[in-house]
Amino acid sequence: MAIAEQQPQGSSDGSWHGIVLQTLKRNEINLIPYVPDRVLTPLIKNLHADPFFTTFATAREEEAVGIVAGAWMGGRRGAVLMQTSGFATLANVLASLAVPYQIPLIMLVSERGTLGEFNYGQSLVCRTMRPVLDSLALEHHTITRLDELEFIADRSIKQAVTTQAPVALILSPLLTGGKVFDK
Amino acid sequence: MNTGNTKVMNRFDVTSRLIAKLKHEEAVIGGIGNTNFDLWAAGHRPQNFYMLGSMGLAFPIALGVALAQPDRRVFALEGDGSLLMQLGALSTIAALKPKNLTMIVMDNGIYQITGAQPTPAANVADIVAIAIGSGLASSAWAADEKDFERLVDGAMAASEPSLIAVRIDDKPGVGTTRRDPVQIRERFMHGLGVRDPL
Ligand SMILES: Cc1ncc(C[n+]2csc(CCOP(=O)(O)OP(=O)(O)O)c2C)c(N)n1
Repeated sequence: MAIAEQQPQGSSDGSWHGIVLQTLKRNEINLIPYVPDRVLTPLIKNLHADPFFTTFATAREEEAVGIVAGAWMGGRRGAVLMQTSGFATLANVLASLAVPYQIPLIMLVSERGTLGEFNYGQSLVCRTMRPVLDSLALEHHTITRLDELEFIADRSIKQAVTTQAPVALILSPLLTGGKVFDK
Repeated sequence: MNTGNTKVMNRFDVTSRLIAKLKHEEAVIGGIGNTNFDLWAAGHRPQNFYMLGSMGLAFPIALGVALAQPDRRVFALEGDGSLLMQLGALSTIAALKPKNLTMIVMDNGIYQITGAQPTPAANVADIVAIAIGSGLASSAWAADEKDFERLVDGAMAASEPSLIAVRIDDKPGVGTTRRDPVQIRERFMHGLGVRDPL
């Protein structure tokens, strides 16, 4: 398939990050600010390589949320990539911007702090994530299986847009492999 | 703080001067508290967005609007205390170089709305020097009201993001924005031509 061959490596190879990239594209999400995480590296690399996306780092996750909120109001769709610890900085902007203004904020969170975490602080930060999401009654899904990834991501993005509500897609180490103790 | 011989101006007056210049449905984002109160008091426009929280995000929100609508000029009004909370946003904007974004900083050296406590930057830091150091070469202090208007004219014709810093007095905002976030967002989207009313 000529078209498939032209696509950046990893975009349609059945990897988790390839499926995420294609699902974002299919839903016309093309503005991708992020604060990086090791696990997200292949996704970030392929997003940068694909001219469909405007992909860039921000200094803080909150800033990235502000950017995609503004873009949404201007008619352009975005999603924010972050690590669990980045999500932990967002309670204020979720409660004072995304939720009350009914902005379909799409968050992709690489989950650190569980299933083999080696840094105690990371494991504690991780425990704050779901209580914060639940306290605002925000839609969130923890994606653990490759065969469920596209369904959950695609349906959740569509639901966020149509119901004008934020969603957090938590990418479990079961899906991504996570980060393991290396030194 | 090296603000030269800049005059101490007034937020509502300066905001009104900006609004008077807008003839092409330019978007304006008002930051938390006084910057959006004075934007509201200067006369509601469908292209105004008012922040009711999310301190420090006026410039990032404006950046998002500017990236979504590159043919529309976008202005953002931010307090000095708010900007201090999100200085990294200046580098993000410098890196992306949106041609259509103008940032205005209202510098009173205090957190006026919470009781006029001095900010940590008051008397030690220079916001324009910070902006230039962050990569925003087109950053300047407005010397007085006429100079502010001249800088706004320049920003409207510029092909890179601009930042205008204004020294202001310690007065509170003049109006009070109606705190209806859904309506604010929906009407802003109508004003930007993204949606039609029901
Ligand atoms: C994260 C956060 N911290 C503190 C506050 C409380 N607060 C609201 S407005 C404000 C001061 C804003 O200062 P500045 O931007 O300089 O505007 P001014 O009040 O001087 O016009 C503060 C501290 C808040 N809303 N959010």
